[in-house]
Amino acid sequence: MVLNDLIQIKERELASRKKYVLRCCMAAGCMSSNAQSLKDELEKAVAAAGLKDEVEVRGVGCLKLCCQGPLVQADPAEILYERVKPEDAAAIVAALKGGQAKVSQGDLNHPFFTRQMSIVLANSGIVDPERIDSYIAADGYLALRNALREMEPKEVTDTIVRSGLRGRGGAGFPTGLKWGTVAKSTGTKKYVICNADEGDPGAFMDRSVLESDPHAVLEGMALAAYAVGADQGYIYVRAEYPLAISRLQTAIKQAKQYGLLGSGVFESPFNLTIDLRLGAGAFVCGEETALMASVEGKRGTPRPRPPFPAEKGLWNCPTLINNVETFANVPAIVRNGAEWFAGIGTEKSKGTKVFALAGKIKNTGLIEVPMGTKLRDIVEDMGGGAPDGGTIKAVQTGGPSGGCIPAGSLDTPVDYESLSKLGSIMGSGGMIVMDQATDMVDVARFFMEFCMDESCGKCVPCRAGTAQMHHLLSKIVARKATAEDLAKLEELCDMVKHTSLCGLGQTAPNPVMSTLRFFRGEYTERLQPDTLGRPGTESAVPAGSRAT
Amino acid sequence: MCAKTLTIDGNEVSAADDATILDAATEAGIKIPTLCHLEGVYDIGACRLCLVEAVGIPKLLPACTTKVVEGMNVRTDTERIRKYRRINLELLFAERNHVCSVCVSNNHCELQTLAYNHGMDHVRYDYLFPKWAVDTTHPRYGMDHNRCILCTRCVRVCWHVEGAGTLNTAGRGARSQIIADLIQPWGEADSCTSCGKCVMACPTGALFQRGATVGEMEHDREKLEFIITAREKKQWIP
Amino acid sequence: MDPLRLATVWMGGCAGCHMSFLDLDEFLIDLAPKVELVFSPVVDAKEYPEGVDLVLIEGAVCNEEHVEMAHKIRRRTKTVVAFGDCAVTGNVTAMRNQLGLGNAENVLQRAYIELADSTGRIPKLKGIVPELLEHVMPLQEVIHVDYYLPGCPPPADRIKALVGALLAGQTPKLEGKDIKFG
Repeated sequence: MVLNDLIQIKERELASRKKYVLRCCMAAGCMSSNAQSLKDELEKAVAAAGLKDEVEVRGVGCLKLCCQGPLVQADPAEILYERVKPEDAAAIVAALKGGQAKVSQGDLNHPFFTRQMSIVLANSGIVDPERIDSYIAADGYLALRNALREMEPKEVTDTIVRSGLRGRGGAGFPTGLKWGTVAKSTGTKKYVICNADEGDPGAFMDRSVLESDPHAVLEGMALAAYAVGADQGYIYVRAEYPLAISRLQTAIKQAKQYGLLGSGVFESPFNLTIDLRLGAGAFVCGEETALMASVEGKRGTPRPRPPFPAEKGLWNCPTLINNVETFANVPAIVRNGAEWFAGIGTEKSKGTKVFALAGKIKNTGLIEVPMGTKLRDIVEDMGGGAPDGGTIKAVQTGGPSGGCIPAGSLDTPVDYESLSKLGSIMGSGGMIVMDQATDMVDVARFFMEFCMDESCGKCVPCRAGTAQMHHLLSKIVARKATAEDLAKLEELCDMVKHTSLCGLGQTAPNPVMSTLRFFRGEYTERLQPDTLGRPGTESAVPAGSRAT
Repeated sequence: MCAKTLTIDGNEVSAADDATILDAATEAGIKIPTLCHLEGVYDIGACRLCLVEAVGIPKLLPACTTKVVEGMNVRTDTERIRKYRRINLELLFAERNHVCSVCVSNNHCELQTLAYNHGMDHVRYDYLFPKWAVDTTHPRYGMDHNRCILCTRCVRVCWHVEGAGTLNTAGRGARSQIIADLIQPWGEADSCTSCGKCVMACPTGALFQRGATVGEMEHDREKLEFIITAREKKQWIP
Repeated sequence: MDPLRLATVWMGGCAGCHMSFLDLDEFLIDLAPKVELVFSPVVDAKEYPEGVDLVLIEGAVCNEEHVEMAHKIRRRTKTVVAFGDCAVTGNVTAMRNQLGLGNAENVLQRAYIELADSTGRIPKLKGIVPELLEHVMPLQEVIHVDYYLPGCPPPADRIKALVGALLAGQTPKLEGKDIKFG
């Protein structure tokens, strides 16, 4: 494979494009509402109408407005059909050449679509994730070719440094800095790992990226491997994502066939093998040291850092580990240049961020917006606010490691620093909207239950502390707690946050602390008077046995 | 190899280049409490009792896995650390069923000793009373999950001193437990050599010699240290 | 100086702590003129009196009578000491909690039916036999405790250190092995 081959594939692919395209969303959300039969029926309808030469029925990745799936977009008319049933196929095909199909149509001019800015999702809903040619037609692998043939590894790292890209997994560590550290680490063997163990409740960004544009992730990993000097990559993807796994398998196979993975990529001395490793369902394996232990075939538990993976990672070799969305940003940055990327977003948070918009909101789905977009614009304009005339009470970001941002702070711009100032985090991109009926103490209890169940059990504060915090939260929810219990809860939040071994434990108190900060009244109004009869206090009527 | 100098609790201390804070403190006679640390096997930084403060570093550092840095100023006994340690110990007692009065290791238990040394005269949290079994299928030893604190010392000596690889950890969170082979009754675990190193390593009464009654189980660390010395120094010295 | 009004109470425990109290030996003789033992298993008083200065409560809180008694004690007493491991931690008495919900019923079944020699019967005459709580509690889960005296039983010298300090009007400070469980 050389540049000419890429160009030829692109030209061949573009030349074979038909006049009309029906793009069918084949991501997990729409697939679960029968998108496969719908696509089959559309193909049959096209054949029956004798339009096979004019109409392409293309399975694509996520079309973003998940709540209205299955979605089909008709080009060039730019009509988005919603909640399409297989029996609508004939009508949609018939309407291609004019006329109206009696199928609900989405408003592509709605802010939900118009305010999006696609870098990571640029190919999502456009390319066929199961055909590498489709990706190449969208200038796929061009960045890799240019890097391998025209750039030194250090130039690639410098590009990422200058772009200002920060890790999309949650903590926002500067990506270029990480690459530079791995590149400088000594060792003959180095690894690149893609963390696709997305596990936050309500988060589905990485899944969509993998299902919609797997080659972008592979290309990003290849660029990273070249930059840091690695020749082996692993994608650690959770087994609960079968569709993403199958598309990755297909993508790896196709990339190998084209010589885009393997030895001598683009006839350069660069070699890269990428293998999949499937997670067995432990949330903690999204923590990088636990993930690496799992890849090594050990029990997935974190270990203290330092040493950091960049120095001693997989099998004690220098290892670069980035999240799916981080890698998916890389090809575009290398293709379009660091300055282009650095021109998007805010001073300290560059580029865009993908969010999975879910919860009590009209338009649930996948959005990608420039960093710095106000939360209000996301949930009210794009998301359309709470359904059924409800009012938004809070927005939860960052999953079980994040916090609840109250409606009063909706004018906060979405960037790493602003969110952490509010006691939440950017996180990987789950955004759960809550309306006035949401019980914030119960939300905190839910997330604590999640952390308690997902604690690996290695360190005492996380294992025993989350269990005790969950017990205290359950007592508060059941109105069996006293002010002293609340004080104990707050003390435990502080202790678990500062003494836990890994990020899971260190951030587990966040949902409690943030709901206490903004919705303290919901806690205190449930507290019961003390019955312990402390000297000098008025004792209430003694209660019976203890809570829970 | 060059030495490093640092300050621990106001004392100037020198330490080997690759020493941990715990090594340096121990050598200087400064006691840092530990539970998962066991001389001779690698450290995992799990119990969090050895967390110390270092001036200029916002995070608390596990003394057992943090290497010394030239000029670092370590505080091992601040009010904040003492508070966290006491909470940590209370959490351990509330987590499982530690009934000292009827425990084989009563008076010889590291957890019990740490508790009173940290002023724990009672546990402020509700005891959670989980249901755990006792495995007495092994002809010589018993395993009482009620008293286990999951320090995994037994697992580490089993794999890295004895090399049998019988014991392991399974499950998650508070339901984690020490297992033999493929979650089999210990007595049916073929890989077990009955060497007893796990029993010597256990800080509490979770692993014990069968037949030991209340207070009789003293975990004799001497044999273990003998083997480890032999291995590390290539000398059979008692 | 008026003698200190002392009480000792026996709840869900084995009386071992009281035995240990009696092990104070000659200190009991020193104690005798300084205290008035107003309520105890070893004196004939039926009702816990008002105005008690110091109480040592042995045992965990296991039944409804204990709960009621604990609150009464707290109202009528200046200084409450959780006396021994059962009061401090629940100890052996609380081991039935591991059985989970319904454990009170299971305990009664085991004690009065399964182990009965001939005519097994669960005593449950209302107003005579207090109902078991589902969950045995250490004392501090029910009432405020001023001092903790762990141990199973707390050795006599530990009791002496605490009671002695209180008699002398000092704040007792037990530490190290003096607060050892078990």
